[in-house]
Amino acid sequence: MKGRSEEPWPGGSMRFMLLFSRQGKLRLQKWYLATSDKERKKMVRELMQVVLARKPKMCSFLEWRDLKVVYKRYASLYFCCAIEGQDNELITLELIHRYVELLDKYFGSVCELDIIFNFEKAYFILDEFLMGGDVQDTSKKSVLKAIEQADLLQEEDESPRSVLEEMGLA
Amino acid sequence: MVMSSLKLQDLIEEIRGAKTQAQEREVIQKECAHIRASFRDGDPLHRHRQLAKLLYVHMLGYPAHFGQMECLKLIASPRFIDKRVGYLGAMLLLDERQDAHLLITNSIKNDLNQGIQAVQGLALCTLSTMGSAEMCRDLATEVEKLLLERSPYVRKKAVLTAVHMIRKVPELSDTFLPVCAKLLHERHHGVLLGTITLITELCERSPAALKHFRKVVPQLVQILRTLVTTGFSTEHSISGVSDPFLQVQILRLLRILGRNHEESSESMNDLLAQVLAVNILGRFLLNSDKNIRYVALTSLLRLVQSDHSAVQRHRPTVVECLREPDASLSRRALELSLALVNSSNVRAMTQELQGFLESCPLDLRADCASGILLAAERFAPTKRWHIDTILRVLTMAGSHVRDDAVANLTQLIGGAQELHAYSVRRLYSALAQDISQQPLVQVAAWCIGEYGDLLLEGSCEETEPLQVEEEEVLALLERVLQSHMSLPATRGYALTALMKLSTRLRGDNNRIRQVVSIYGSCLDVELQQRAVEYNTLFRKYDHMRAAILEKMPLVDRGGPQADEEVKESKEATHLLEPAPVPTEPQASKLLDLLDLLDGPSEDSQQPPPVDPSPEGTLIHLLDLPCAPLAPAPIPNLKVFEREGLQLNLSFVRPPGTPTLLLITATATNASEGDVTHFICQAAVPKSFQLQLQAPSGDTVPAQGGLPVTQVLRILNPNKAPLRLKLRLTYNHYGRSVQEIFEVNNLPVEAWQ
Repeated sequence: MKGRSEEPWPGGSMRFMLLFSRQGKLRLQKWYLATSDKERKKMVRELMQVVLARKPKMCSFLEWRDLKVVYKRYASLYFCCAIEGQDNELITLELIHRYVELLDKYFGSVCELDIIFNFEKAYFILDEFLMGGDVQDTSKKSVLKAIEQADLLQEEDESPRSVLEEMGLA
Repeated sequence: MVMSSLKLQDLIEEIRGAKTQAQEREVIQKECAHIRASFRDGDPLHRHRQLAKLLYVHMLGYPAHFGQMECLKLIASPRFIDKRVGYLGAMLLLDERQDAHLLITNSIKNDLNQGIQAVQGLALCTLSTMGSAEMCRDLATEVEKLLLERSPYVRKKAVLTAVHMIRKVPELSDTFLPVCAKLLHERHHGVLLGTITLITELCERSPAALKHFRKVVPQLVQILRTLVTTGFSTEHSISGVSDPFLQVQILRLLRILGRNHEESSESMNDLLAQVLAVNILGRFLLNSDKNIRYVALTSLLRLVQSDHSAVQRHRPTVVECLREPDASLSRRALELSLALVNSSNVRAMTQELQGFLESCPLDLRADCASGILLAAERFAPTKRWHIDTILRVLTMAGSHVRDDAVANLTQLIGGAQELHAYSVRRLYSALAQDISQQPLVQVAAWCIGEYGDLLLEGSCEETEPLQVEEEEVLALLERVLQSHMSLPATRGYALTALMKLSTRLRGDNNRIRQVVSIYGSCLDVELQQRAVEYNTLFRKYDHMRAAILEKMPLVDRGGPQADEEVKESKEATHLLEPAPVPTEPQASKLLDLLDLLDGPSEDSQQPPPVDPSPEGTLIHLLDLPCAPLAPAPIPNLKVFEREGLQLNLSFVRPPGTPTLLLITATATNASEGDVTHFICQAAVPKSFQLQLQAPSGDTVPAQGGLPVTQVLRILNPNKAPLRLKLRLTYNHYGRSVQEIFEVNNLPVEAWQ
């Protein structure tokens, strides 16, 4: 007998990633599924409460609604990923750590303030590392190089020269 | 005309400087006004700055919908900085719920086709984050082309975009399947990783694809072997492990390909033995890192189904984990511990679990109590141990046990004649100490009523010598009756027990008669009725009292609880809220009998009193509750109709099994089109047990073709009102249909 519905989730394994401070201020939210603003705010509020209530020595995994939440605290920031029930928690933890390393390399000893004042950069870096919730590139070097090049392209836009030709990318 | 608006960083500074929520709101509203104005007639060169500010306040929770069109403009601009912020805005502000989202399709198409890889990257990324099904259909060809681009930067992103497209539009699987074989030869880790993800997605969605990709198993094994055995490559390694992300993804795919397929599994075994090792899992349990312990427990739980003995070896360690203060870990440890109980370790394990029950967090208590009771039922070495265990669980976690625990325990005690004295003494002591745990009180009251004589006479070797006076027993039952902690059902038990004691005790019955007559005017209708009937028994039918209140014969109950039932009731709770179920005491069978006597209540339509006559008639009367009446046929019920497809339910209550209900669901099709892939699922409240037998088929041919029938077996031990929710899925006229509904107007004969 088939039990409750077992439809495949029409999205990837990661549903969303959140960064928030100890005081419950949201610093980044990346959603890999379409939900209304209202519903998102509700989920964020709820999840923040649950995670902030965890004690320091507890493990990094908890069950919330029908998802698994993998979180880790780095200084004053919580990095939080919601994944499907059957997914690999430890690799998600590695994923979070890899993202933090990327931020660290980019900003040079990253702290929460960097992410606050350069939130768009944090997004750009995340988007070079993950796509649709899946890892694009497992080489730190490669991801950082891509960001660097994009930053250069951006700077050159302020100047009148045709940089594209200069970089041989046209 | 650009007003004096702030730069992004200054805005952030000012917002952080705001001392109150109101102040923050003020700053933001002011700035948003600037931003709006700037969007209207500001310098297009600075548009990206304005949008960036808007995106920041959006993250703080403020509305930003007026920025949606600006995203479109920025994306269409030739400048990279504009596109970068524009696409970010699109990902944050636009999703498939807004109509505006389709407008970026054209820009994305253009950006995918022009040659700058950073720009192509932005477009692909946006597409894979918020691309709707429609957009995916429109842009599939573009993405397919990019899979063959020279630059691995673009290829790796294109592959993951393809993954997203398949998730949104499964039909696109056909477009992307052919190129996978080639992509597997990739050297670039990112592209390879994306390819494995793509193949996994394809296999998960289509059995044909799964079959197709089985032939790449050797190739996957080779890639994995190379990763595992090659030396240190710093670029992709984490802590000395070569590219764990890629390894994990390959393992996942291998698991899917190898499932139920001997040949594939064979070719993987060797390698997997190297990479995994069940024995190591035990070591992980002792690791100081809690995350590792968590994963070890989860993995062992999955393994215990297939390789029970291997996991048994780790039992002591698992039990240790019960003591974890971390709730995530102790929950896993509990599940695993319960799964590890067997006939040889049941005593030790139950002890551990009971220890856990005393101190575990509240949300685990119900599961733990139920788990212990289930394990006790399956593996109890002796009846006495079984009774003791249930007693202990009821004492510790009485309010958390399942509704049928009371019925089960009375059944168990009733059937163990040699233990009647023992049980009633233990229960009496427990009750004397604590009358708050309802299930315990109910069982104890029932036992005292039934075996009160054993309680008072002499000693029982198995317990401490207990000298109990008649008055004490009566006082205790009266306390239960009067306590505000007692549920109405509990008071019913207590009253009936008192009544039974009138024949078991040697003293005079004045005290009992007094109590019974007081409750004749109780506000609770159930208690009142009982009291009145008992009163009548004293007054008018005193000579029959002894026979009527004799010890009960053993009541038949449904088959042993199996794991199945636990699983099904868990599944059922997802669809229906558990209905509050009153526990029906055994003594109600006695009431059925008393109904036949004349009672003074004006509304009663009871049959006329039976003539007091010799033993023969009395024995006949006693038999009545056990011999059920021939059931009247229950009317059929039409529960669903749509475009010619109809679902009817017919009900049967087989005589001899009063708790069993058989429902036959019949699907008929009067329309012109066949109904195919018909699946009917059902859910019932927690206290019921549901078994769906296999349906006769899954196609209902058109124009009155052979119907599909399916039998539902429902056990209703508590005789609770039946609630039934159905879920139908099928294809009809080329569309797939799903209907979920609750069945109304169920005939009362289905459960009464």
